[in-house]
Amino acid sequence: MLTHDIIKEKLTAKFGDQVYGFTEHYGILTFETPKENNLKVLTFLNDDPELGFTFLNDLTAVHYPQRLNEELSVVYLVQNIKEGMRLRLKVFTPITKPDVYTVTGLFATSNWLEREAYDFFGVNFVGHPNLIRIMNVDEMDYFPLRKEFPLEDQTRIDKDDDMFGR
Amino acid sequence: MNQKQNIQLPEGSLGKQTSTLNLGPTHPATHGVFQNILEMDGERIIDAVPTVGYIHRAFEKLAERRPFYQITPLTDRLNYCSSPINNMGWHMTVEKLIGAQLPKRVDYLRVIIMELARIADHLVCNSVIGVDTGALTSFVYVFEFRELIYEIFEEVCGSRLTTNIGRIGGFERNFSALAFSKIENFLKTFPAAMKEFENLLTRNRIFMERTMGVGGIAADRALNYGFTGPNLRAAGIDYDIRVAHPYASYEDFDFTIPVGTTGDVFDRFLVRNEEIWQSVRIIEQAMVKIKDLDPAIYHADLPDFYLPEKEDVYTKMEALIYHFKIVMGETDIPSGEVYHSVEGANGELGFYLISDGGRTPYRLHFRRPCFIYYQAYPEIIRNSMLSDAVVTMSSLNLIAGELDA
Repeated sequence: MLTHDIIKEKLTAKFGDQVYGFTEHYGILTFETPKENNLKVLTFLNDDPELGFTFLNDLTAVHYPQRLNEELSVVYLVQNIKEGMRLRLKVFTPITKPDVYTVTGLFATSNWLEREAYDFFGVNFVGHPNLIRIMNVDEMDYFPLRKEFPLEDQTRIDKDDDMFGR
Repeated sequence: MNQKQNIQLPEGSLGKQTSTLNLGPTHPATHGVFQNILEMDGERIIDAVPTVGYIHRAFEKLAERRPFYQITPLTDRLNYCSSPINNMGWHMTVEKLIGAQLPKRVDYLRVIIMELARIADHLVCNSVIGVDTGALTSFVYVFEFRELIYEIFEEVCGSRLTTNIGRIGGFERNFSALAFSKIENFLKTFPAAMKEFENLLTRNRIFMERTMGVGGIAADRALNYGFTGPNLRAAGIDYDIRVAHPYASYEDFDFTIPVGTTGDVFDRFLVRNEEIWQSVRIIEQAMVKIKDLDPAIYHADLPDFYLPEKEDVYTKMEALIYHFKIVMGETDIPSGEVYHSVEGANGELGFYLISDGGRTPYRLHFRRPCFIYYQAYPEIIRNSMLSDAVVTMSSLNLIAGELDA
């Protein structure tokens, strides 16, 4: 039976202080690692017979404009199918140099998911076989899901909700 | 008029031995906006390059400007063949975030609606495999029952395809007696039609030869490609969110997970048919279970999130305050990160929600099953015939709305 404590113990034994920030969000163990280590950690989680996180559930990016030098976050959600255990790994990267190693060699799933993260957030997945836009047009020269692009036209004055907004 | 056309051919295209074929984006055989640029050697496919994004509507960006309860209509438009499952998945994500406990009756009513949606979705998919192999009859037979399911949705929530069914915390109104009688009528008449559907196709020689050994994928490749739902189970892996990560009291029900062996079109067809039978079983159990529960309960006691009765808003001060707070987005939402997934009709539909305590999500990511497994399509159809590629595509249950989000 795989528990969060075992995972934590094994990861710390292998990577020491390179894995940190262990928290639990609604039943899913979450931790961080420097962005250079993402492939190493995921390979270890994948290859270790006891851990067996061989299934990539989800991969996405998040933009935190206020965090200096770690504006972009790439979030991996891996799962051990047999045990039904999910695990979330986060890496942070500065927006000026958003290079993160690709995990396409490990999970075929991540091919389009990384293209999607690139398309919307501009994360440059180093080593990706075909890193081109997937949803948006090829001519687009910005990354629309970043927070500097507000959804509505900010020059509109007829929809002022200062009275109610937070 | 006799102007010479200056045709620019790509380099090397005059000498090459294969031909390039555009399948889609609007092709009658692809049932949706799918484009594949196929490289053909005669009728054999050597390579395929799928293009996605034709109906991309930026739901994730839109969601960042919308209060939580206004995101439900966006989820309708993901997998529009079974939108109730998407709606419920979103409600449950928010309920998980706010830590709401739901009454059993709400869970069971949700299970009924979700399983009806699953039946409707599987009926579309499986009967369309029949159509693509040249058997239109079976399609017409079962679509009558898809219509009956839509009538049930109409009775419960007022709409049919993009349902926006339920609310955060329960349902918008209680099920009427007519809704229950429609469900009972469906349960009574549907099995005979389903048997007829299976009689028409399952052991049909032409159908078997068109589908067996076509579009197969091995279990390890399917896992590596992130397959979920019936497509993964057809490859032989019994991963079902309803069992692996139960939600909405699915653990109270007795049902089996059908699995296939080869992961080909025929196995996917069989798995979906068996899931339809299992869904009928679950609905029958749920109909019995709700008989013992208080029939007046159809939502949880969540005044901060669940809109009060309109009559109370006009007559009671407290209800008016809650109504105002909900509509103006003044309710406090805990900040946190939630991942909730439901067993959608074509796989694991996940919602990754990051809340910073504001009235809208900080970030919302949809884990759309068919976006993830569609990338295996070139590998699946390589070295097969063009007609097999069409059947394979319909058997994967790709929904353009979900693919492009």
